[in-house]
Amino acid sequence: MIEVKHLYKDFGEVKVLKDVSETIEKGEKVVVVGPSGSGKSTFLRCLNLLEKPTGGEIWFEGQEITGKGCNINHVRRKMGMVFQQFNLFPHLSVLDNITLAPVKQKLKTKEEARAVAMKLLERIGLAEKAGAYPSQLSGGQQQRIAIVRALAMEPDVMLFDEPTSALDPEMVGEVLNLMIELAHEGMTMVVVTHEMGFAREVGTRVLFMDEGRILEQAPPQEFFGNPQNPRLKDFLSKIL
Amino acid sequence: MWWQKLWEQIETCLIAKDRWKLILEGVGNTIIIALGAILIGTVIGAVLALMRVSQSRLLRGISTVYITVIRGVPVVTQLLIFSFVVFAPLGWNKLHIAVVAFGINSGAYCCEIFRAGIQGVNAGQMEAGRSLGLSKAQTMLSIIVPQAFRAVLPTYTNEFVVLVKETSVAGYIAIRDLTKVGDAIRNATYNAWVPLFAVAIIYLIMTLGLSRLFAVLERRLARSDRG
Repeated sequence: MIEVKHLYKDFGEVKVLKDVSETIEKGEKVVVVGPSGSGKSTFLRCLNLLEKPTGGEIWFEGQEITGKGCNINHVRRKMGMVFQQFNLFPHLSVLDNITLAPVKQKLKTKEEARAVAMKLLERIGLAEKAGAYPSQLSGGQQQRIAIVRALAMEPDVMLFDEPTSALDPEMVGEVLNLMIELAHEGMTMVVVTHEMGFAREVGTRVLFMDEGRILEQAPPQEFFGNPQNPRLKDFLSKIL
Repeated sequence: MWWQKLWEQIETCLIAKDRWKLILEGVGNTIIIALGAILIGTVIGAVLALMRVSQSRLLRGISTVYITVIRGVPVVTQLLIFSFVVFAPLGWNKLHIAVVAFGINSGAYCCEIFRAGIQGVNAGQMEAGRSLGLSKAQTMLSIIVPQAFRAVLPTYTNEFVVLVKETSVAGYIAIRDLTKVGDAIRNATYNAWVPLFAVAIIYLIMTLGLSRLFAVLERRLARSDRG
């Protein structure tokens, strides 16, 4: 579904990604871990071109999205993204946050979009918050709504950029539970996170990134049980 | 009695010989210039601000030059240039020239206000909009600009108030605005303080009224956005 070939990304002099190649299949839940500054967020943000790669190719559903003439807006409709800071639109109600993108892009009428949004809100138990504004909600509620906002576009893959890192500890669970639900429904997911429990429970593959490269990847049992790379061993010994 | 003398002076300066009509005309012209100019200035400012934050170097360049030139030259000088050079061949009504000249001037200041507002919105907002498939223009219009507008409303109000006061130099191109009228009465009556204070008080009422109006608008917007 997503194919990354020899991806490079520089920020000025700093080389953040160095020749990253990776293939993500439909239905996979790929968890990316690594120390901060390892390039894992940049890698994720390159997948939907929020960061423009310096070199290499990215293919999504048979189309080269790094190529000329690719309409990135159309591609992004199929790639949902969830941010560390939620990034809900503070001037819009919860309902309008969810319906804005599908309606503006004429994918749904206002009524259709509202119906979908209400169904999604009911599912996460926040239907009564439809008229509320983001600042009136807790961090966990905001992040769950951000996830639902991405889902309202009916994406084929969901990208999560440290979705629980900005949350108070007691709110991490509700967000992770929603992500686990999504995983069980078969959503293709790429998740950058520090939640090793999540990686273990729902990951089909765990990638370890350090200094702009993918140094090791394996199914979670093997990844955590029998790490090979010394840097990964060191990393795991510090966090587990 | 002192108050009888005062009343006589007020009567002579503000009421006799239909001078109150003159003052009303001055108030009217000042309001027309300020209102027209803020409308033009807002439109120019919005366009310039979008140009200033665009990807295109050409658009950014045009906007920067405009702002540098307009902000670097006194408004009176600009008014004279527009009146006697730029629009002279067209034979326009002086009042219209003043509206356009003050509008073009205010546009530069509005641009900087709007630009600060746009750049003050968290970068994550643009990313969130784009990640949902919205184009840059769509994200700008439905997500960034509304938030920027709320943020800059107090500064924008201030620009309007400043503009009302700046129109007091319209007399330079022989427009009978409020200040000019006050000065004319001073000349005719040999009484300086009554007409000039009267004019000052009228300006004060106008600027205070404007500030109040915008404060109400600000509260309205704040009610729907507790963010």
